[in-house]
Amino acid sequence: MITAKSVSKSYGDALVVDDVTITLPARGITSIIGPNGAGKSTLLSMMARLVGMDAGHVTIDGLDVVTTPSEALARRLAILRQDNHMTARLTVHDLVTFGRYPYSRGRPTEEDAVHVARALDYLGLTDLSGRFLDELSGGQRQRAFVAMVLCQDTDYVLLDEPLNNLDMKHAASMMRLWRDACRDFGKTVVIVLHDINFASWYSDHIVAMRQGRICRQGTPDEIIRTDALRDIYDMQIDVREIGGRRVCLFYE
Amino acid sequence: MPEASSGSRFSRPAIVLAGLGLLAAASVVAFMTLGARGSWSFVLSFRGQRLLALILVAYAIAVSTVLFQTVTNNRILTPSIMGFDALYVLVQTSVVFFLGAHMLVLADPYTRFLTEVALMAGFAWVLFRWLFLGEERSLYLLILIGIVFGIFFRSLSAFMQRVLDPNAFQVLQDALFASFQNVDTTLLWMSFALVAAVTLVLWRIAHSFDVLALGRPQAISLGVDYPKTVMTILTMVAVLVAVSTALVGPITFFGLLVASLARALLGTGLHRHVLPAAVLLGIVALVGGQTVLERVFSFNTALSIIVEFLGGLVFIFLIVRGAAR
Repeated sequence: MITAKSVSKSYGDALVVDDVTITLPARGITSIIGPNGAGKSTLLSMMARLVGMDAGHVTIDGLDVVTTPSEALARRLAILRQDNHMTARLTVHDLVTFGRYPYSRGRPTEEDAVHVARALDYLGLTDLSGRFLDELSGGQRQRAFVAMVLCQDTDYVLLDEPLNNLDMKHAASMMRLWRDACRDFGKTVVIVLHDINFASWYSDHIVAMRQGRICRQGTPDEIIRTDALRDIYDMQIDVREIGGRRVCLFYE
Repeated sequence: MPEASSGSRFSRPAIVLAGLGLLAAASVVAFMTLGARGSWSFVLSFRGQRLLALILVAYAIAVSTVLFQTVTNNRILTPSIMGFDALYVLVQTSVVFFLGAHMLVLADPYTRFLTEVALMAGFAWVLFRWLFLGEERSLYLLILIGIVFGIFFRSLSAFMQRVLDPNAFQVLQDALFASFQNVDTTLLWMSFALVAAVTLVLWRIAHSFDVLALGRPQAISLGVDYPKTVMTILTMVAVLVAVSTALVGPITFFGLLVASLARALLGTGLHRHVLPAAVLLGIVALVGGQTVLERVFSFNTALSIIVEFLGGLVFIFLIVRGAAR
């Protein structure tokens, strides 16, 4: 369980996250949605210990993210951000092997090799494992990073806008992949999303933020509604039900 | 690790490292023996000291540059481009300026050297902490800051040197006048000890280098104690630069040259390949280059000029090609 208690963060004078207290349910996909500048990514980054908080604390399974050794947290919580511009030239296999770093500290064992092979296989990257990342397409590279995160074998995965720069096909397959990973490995995945239709379609739970605060949370059925979305986005959004799922129409 | 290129029995890094090792060994042998006249014991001990100094410099600059680039996650910035060796000159000048020339002359050279290294590491610590531990900054901004710092340190040194009385200035100039031809060998053993100590510290955290190269968010996600590891590495980098600058004076682009060449030759970014390759390249360039210049062309002035010229070309090439991402 990820719990945030009275968490605040400001950059200069701007209060980005304002006294947020929330408990994210274990297992399944939780999406964090909200307008630009609502503090979604900042909240996620604080949970991931990438950004320090001004007040409050975050615990993962009862472990405080600030005081717990980073190494121990790395076995429970993985973060994947979108802007993975790396300067080092690595093969897919090298990259995925880094997922075992929290366990092997750079000296992969036989057991680590099994994890790596399994992750490569799960993402259909086995044939590409000797290729360098800069020789892959954007979608393949994205999958390589996902393989690394799966290899890290954590209960919790935090994803910051994982669909940026992906076309519809890759975006949809990325979301399916995480949904399957939740089902297959019992993971808890927290995703900051901009596209509310993706949130509606794939989430088990949605948290909506606005102006640094949590304004609503619940199942997609509770959040993807015209009245709730108006509160969140200040915008009239038509919600239709198609095949038992809710789809938002926000185009005029 | 799977082979990137199938079919060959040895991987590309292994071949490159073996080739560089042979070249470096040949350079060392040539440096020690070519054109030797008179007593061997004299020649070997005389040249041995210079050889050790050149190897120490190659090692210090190669390792510091590669690790600095890893930590700052870029391929263009090096400690010297960030105005680091200018900082060393500033420290030296400040000592004379504020404490008097007799500090340079009378003080035990080892104590003096250690104090300077400590001062410099301290400065670097503050500077780097401010620059690299907070939010991520644009690389272009960092280059600009580096250039501004370099100019600032140099101008400040130049100003203090102008104000010094001529005798003190003479003493200072003497202390600063180190180059490949005129290696300051009094500090050799102290430098050796320092470099060995730094190596020991780095060895213990070497497992984190590759992970750090993935960038800050990913390194933290994988459980690296980021602030502590980065500050340790940057402090060690500061010591290495101090050692190399004390031995042969400031060289701006040498580190960039060997680090970029090593990565280009290897085709991979793993530190267990890049670090030794960069060090070996450094040895080939310095020891081999010095031998060729002294013995083949028999003129004694130009190694640093040639190294800077080539390194400068690499720098421009990298910027134009857009490796600044």
